[in-house]
Amino acid sequence: MRRFGAFHLAALVAGFAFLYLPIVALIAYSFNASRLVTLWGGFSTHWYGALMRNQPLLDAAWLTIRVALVSATLATVLGTLAALALARYRVFVGRTLFSGMVMAPLVMPEVITGLSLLLLFVAGDVERGYWTVIIAHATFSLGFACIVVQARLAGFDRSLEEAARDLGATPMETFATVTLPLIWPAVAAAWMLAFTLSLDDLVIASFTTGPGATTLPMRLYSAIRLGVTPEINAACTIMIAAVAVAVIGASLLMKRDALAGR
Amino acid sequence: MDPRQERQVSRPEAGGRRASPGSVRRDFQPWNDPTAKPLVEFRNVTKRFGAVVAVDRLSLAIHQREFFALLGPSGCGKTTLMRMLAGFEQPDEGEILLDGVDITAVPPHKRPVNMMFQSYALFPHLSVGDNIAYGLKREGLPKAEIAARVEAMLGRVRLKGMEKRRPDQLSGGQRQRVALARALVKQPKLLLLDEPLGALDKKLREETQYELMDLQADLGLTFMVVTHDQDEAMTMADRMAVMDHGRLLQIAPPDLIYEAPASRFVAEFVGDINLIEGRVTAVAGDLVTLESKSAGVIELDEDAPSCRPGDAITVGLRPEKIALSHDEPGQANNKVAGEIWDIGYLGDMTMVQVMVGGDQGKLFKVSLTNRTRRIERPFAWEDKVWLSWDVEAGMVLAS
Repeated sequence: MRRFGAFHLAALVAGFAFLYLPIVALIAYSFNASRLVTLWGGFSTHWYGALMRNQPLLDAAWLTIRVALVSATLATVLGTLAALALARYRVFVGRTLFSGMVMAPLVMPEVITGLSLLLLFVAGDVERGYWTVIIAHATFSLGFACIVVQARLAGFDRSLEEAARDLGATPMETFATVTLPLIWPAVAAAWMLAFTLSLDDLVIASFTTGPGATTLPMRLYSAIRLGVTPEINAACTIMIAAVAVAVIGASLLMKRDALAGR
Repeated sequence: MDPRQERQVSRPEAGGRRASPGSVRRDFQPWNDPTAKPLVEFRNVTKRFGAVVAVDRLSLAIHQREFFALLGPSGCGKTTLMRMLAGFEQPDEGEILLDGVDITAVPPHKRPVNMMFQSYALFPHLSVGDNIAYGLKREGLPKAEIAARVEAMLGRVRLKGMEKRRPDQLSGGQRQRVALARALVKQPKLLLLDEPLGALDKKLREETQYELMDLQADLGLTFMVVTHDQDEAMTMADRMAVMDHGRLLQIAPPDLIYEAPASRFVAEFVGDINLIEGRVTAVAGDLVTLESKSAGVIELDEDAPSCRPGDAITVGLRPEKIALSHDEPGQANNKVAGEIWDIGYLGDMTMVQVMVGGDQGKLFKVSLTNRTRRIERPFAWEDKVWLSWDVEAGMVLAS
């Protein structure tokens, strides 16, 4: 085995520091007793308490979670259906186009996605708010969900579905009793991914929301313009924890799925 | 489980068959009865995949309680034929009848036909018991009946006590039996088996062949096996069909396929054969005389020969029908001298390659059964030997 040299160690430390030092600082200062962000005043959970009494912030957090729950579910259902269509029907008119279009939101700049959705809502005279944010989030996370499920379906043994049909299952029964139970880890991972994407989105939400539907990232962003407070640090720390749990959960599910698929 | 233990359990069952239905089997020939109504009928069925014709205007009748084997090289269309019976492929032309009813447009889940998949296709997320119960649950049978039938089937395929296991905790042979049980428990009118023994090792394959035959005879079901393994097809089948390029070349019991192949392809595909090209010089009653370049004058006995003097024909001669000797045989109708080029010792038999007609001549394959236990061989490399065979041994093959 090659020795782990000093250079490699330094590179590793520098890399991780670059990635995680800001987050560590944010977390550390959320436990700062001092009101001044730049001055360490001793350990305290005071700001978490203050957070719990900040009603506008709590409202925004609750709204964000509801948006994420509904839009992730919507995106997972639609993304799974799209993945099934792409994996099952190898040849249909416009397959390449459809496949490309599903993936487009992945590379599309968020500003453009947000702006185009805004224009659509304005043109359609849709009142902007809670539901428009949900639709927007489902739209852009659908592509991610589709990719995750499609990867699982690529290794799916189709004779399992044929066996189910052969044994008397209708197409719907086959999906419910064989296909879905076998791809559910990928579906769950897709849902968690979509949930995370919705949770921390600022740009698209800003474009598509309306009065009375301010999400947490938007609330935090506007609060920062008035100055960073440890309270915001505390809110961010909680969000980081939530996102980390979802991401780790998703990757564990995908890993388990890969092992089971062998 | 210890595999040896498994085999011992199987023995009494395998032995049981030989005693019971042998004589019944011999008289079982519904295909020769013009009044018999076939269970399955293909009528002029054609299936194309793009420009490839997988099944070409094919007609076939399979009878109740028959063990039918479909044999052919890979890509000959045998799997497509089976998948059309299961309902996974739709014929482009023609119709498929089951019990006299046209099932061409019936979806797979409504056909009284079940299939054992080559990969077994066991549901990995279900236990052995749930795998077997799957088809019965789809029928909406009462729970007690499902449990009883699963239990009975588990006993039948010797998997009692394993119903809680997952497919990935089973051996290859056990998985094969779960797949079989899952299809059989539905009591199908017709059971399709796609390369049922392909994934098993040689010993297990031989035993399983006899088990399948027992099951088929006991349950009185109709089996159709698709295989590329001729030993498997010949051992198990009442009748077999040899298929190539989407067409059936011959449908007959295994012994007829082997001893009276309908064409050169069938003769070469099933078993080993020596082919001799020649020109007919005389036909006297059933006796055909021909002049060949590789083996001189040959006489053979054909029932009502269709060839006439002057015809160019191909004669097929199975390796085990040829006798080998150092001295020139006196009485034989057909004899030719040659030199041993190669000897392949296989234990139970020895395959000898004899060059007839000098270095640029023709190699004949001769198989010798090793009936006595001895190490020194009667024949050696470069021995000058005589080949001889009866007039009944050769057969005229249509090309």
